[in-house]
Amino acid sequence: MYIYDEYDHSILRQRIAQFRGQTERFLAGELPPEQFLPLRLQNGLYVQRLAPMLRINVPYGMINSTQLRKLAHIARHYDKGYCHVSTRQNIQYNWPDLTEVPDILAELAEVGMHGTQSSGNCIRNTTSDQFAGVAPDEVIDPRPYCEIIRQWSSFHPEFAFLPRKFKIAVTGSTQDRAAVQVHDIGLEVVFNDKGEVGFKVFVGGGLGRTPVIGVAIREFLPEEHLLSYLEAILRVYNLFGRRDNKYKARIKILVRALTPEVFAQKVEDEWQHLKDGYNKLTQEEIQRAKGFFTAPAYETIDNAAAQAAVDAQAADSIAFGKWLQRNVREHKIPGYASVTLSLKPTGVAPGDITDAQLEVIANLADKFSFGEARTTHEQNIVLADVKKTELFALWQECKAAGFATPNIGTITDIICCPGGDFCSLANAKSIPIAEAIQRQFEDLDYVYDLGDIDLNISGCMNACGHHHVGHIGILGVDKSGKEFYQVQLGGSASNDASLGDVLGPSFGADDMPAVIQKIVDVYVANRTAEELFIDTYRRIGAAPFKEKVYAKAN
Amino acid sequence: MQKLIKDGAIQENTWTLVAKADGEAIAVEVPAGQVLIPVAVWLAQKDQLQNRTDIGVWFDSDETADLIGADANRFPVIGVNFPLFMDGRSFSTARLLRERYGFKGELRAVGNFIRDQLCYLRRCGVNAFAFSNPEANLEDALKSLNDFQEYYQASVDQPLPLFRRRA
Repeated sequence: MYIYDEYDHSILRQRIAQFRGQTERFLAGELPPEQFLPLRLQNGLYVQRLAPMLRINVPYGMINSTQLRKLAHIARHYDKGYCHVSTRQNIQYNWPDLTEVPDILAELAEVGMHGTQSSGNCIRNTTSDQFAGVAPDEVIDPRPYCEIIRQWSSFHPEFAFLPRKFKIAVTGSTQDRAAVQVHDIGLEVVFNDKGEVGFKVFVGGGLGRTPVIGVAIREFLPEEHLLSYLEAILRVYNLFGRRDNKYKARIKILVRALTPEVFAQKVEDEWQHLKDGYNKLTQEEIQRAKGFFTAPAYETIDNAAAQAAVDAQAADSIAFGKWLQRNVREHKIPGYASVTLSLKPTGVAPGDITDAQLEVIANLADKFSFGEARTTHEQNIVLADVKKTELFALWQECKAAGFATPNIGTITDIICCPGGDFCSLANAKSIPIAEAIQRQFEDLDYVYDLGDIDLNISGCMNACGHHHVGHIGILGVDKSGKEFYQVQLGGSASNDASLGDVLGPSFGADDMPAVIQKIVDVYVANRTAEELFIDTYRRIGAAPFKEKVYAKAN
Repeated sequence: MQKLIKDGAIQENTWTLVAKADGEAIAVEVPAGQVLIPVAVWLAQKDQLQNRTDIGVWFDSDETADLIGADANRFPVIGVNFPLFMDGRSFSTARLLRERYGFKGELRAVGNFIRDQLCYLRRCGVNAFAFSNPEANLEDALKSLNDFQEYYQASVDQPLPLFRRRA
């Protein structure tokens, strides 16, 4: 993974010093709260319902064991012994003390981590595929380009006061696991017919109040023009995005208002001035970035023999077999596999992780996966490079540490925002709903029979829980001071991205497990042998689900 | 007269800012002496004003640099306004004036920008800072000019991105 050099460290130190000074001026009453607000946000610091919340970037999800141990240390010494993996692959602390935040940031900086631009109206942490570099279906590893974007977007002087937040995601696989079509800019690394590397560029996707699927404004952008083209998009947005209404300030509203064709032309006109300037990437720089993401020291392994050994262990242990089936996936290198550690056991807020668990993951990463791990936007953690012959040993350690819940991709692997328990924006709680649904679906055999179902919960229309793109999406709403939940069906964040349809009137919290059960029952009654939930929904439409869920009791 | 920060030092402000007026830009009376006038007034009265060398223009945040384009260098001073400090359009306008239209004179931030934006503004080509807040402490503000001394990106102050300079 990328390792900071003296330039990176020096820039980060300058930022830490800047924010320390700003915090001191604020605490001394010299910096008015309304001016401190965007400054602290751009350093990751929110003021929340109960305490500040500090969001730490995990650049495109890549993290090493040293950083994991530092996160554990921060959780233990400055917080209440745990933290939270967010739906944008970041880490959130829910209980830091404002006066200690500069110290926390200084400690994190020692290991090349920070909270800068993790919030506020600026370019946020670039996200990517948690299986980048190891997925069998990968065309090109997106991470070197993510790193190039990270450096360009960090402390960009022109784009720190945008109309609204700005999120970029990059994928390099045939199956999009980075949800690029629901980002302000989505990039798909591709080859053209001459075998040259470039990007398909989507703009104007996003969730929130006005969910939109992005549109492709360029089918092939040669890789050397990555930064100049991004700069052109950002400049058009900075100059012409709406600033009169924060709910209409995202780039998706500008793209829609201008039409994608006109927006693309404006970007093109701007880009013509920029494309051959100093921002044009050199092959040296691209190769330098790629040099940080070379293959680790894989051993040559007889895949058939390794697989046979694993199969034999699975035959002896049903539980291990289930874990293999749901939490382990194929790797591009023979004899290796990628493992997802589930942060979704029933009864724990989805994505929450303790200091001790962080240290366990650091140890597991060192022992089994070249010292690296990845955070996922589904709020789990991946060990990407595990030898198949060591899967059984890893599983036993995961079980002991509470990460072995074999539910990845199932209805209980719920994406969930912190909701009304923590967040001051939320209209309703989300964590207790997730738990109630997990309890409704405790029979693992039944859950497996249901297959892949993305169930996403947001506590308000800001959609941090990505409810619009859940196969089943749940949105917390407030009706005259009471919490209700609206259900949407048919969303997807994958290549066939779609936004869910609202099923009908919302439900009380207590009704939710039964409502989800009825929805699942309709799927089971109507599916063909090959169909996943989303396929059946797309075939039969919302009507049968509505009928069942809203049927009058008799 | 209120002072300003220019080229890294506190200096006298010898220019008077003419605010936008209601009504037609053609009808605005442009006073004598060194004045910074709304760009719309300049465009409306260009014929009468073009022999004056003591006139600068200022852009509001919704006015784009191409309104004067390559004519930029006829002005000794150009202002870019911040109606609110959160309105970041003038960062782009400043860069465009410097990089696209080659403006060499004094590029002055005016309005409600804040001290904590000075470094990024400087990077975008702004070299003078006239706070509208009369209580702004210029000595303290000077300290923020160089919050960063190293940068990843190309900008006006450092046209080479770090990747072209990295040892």
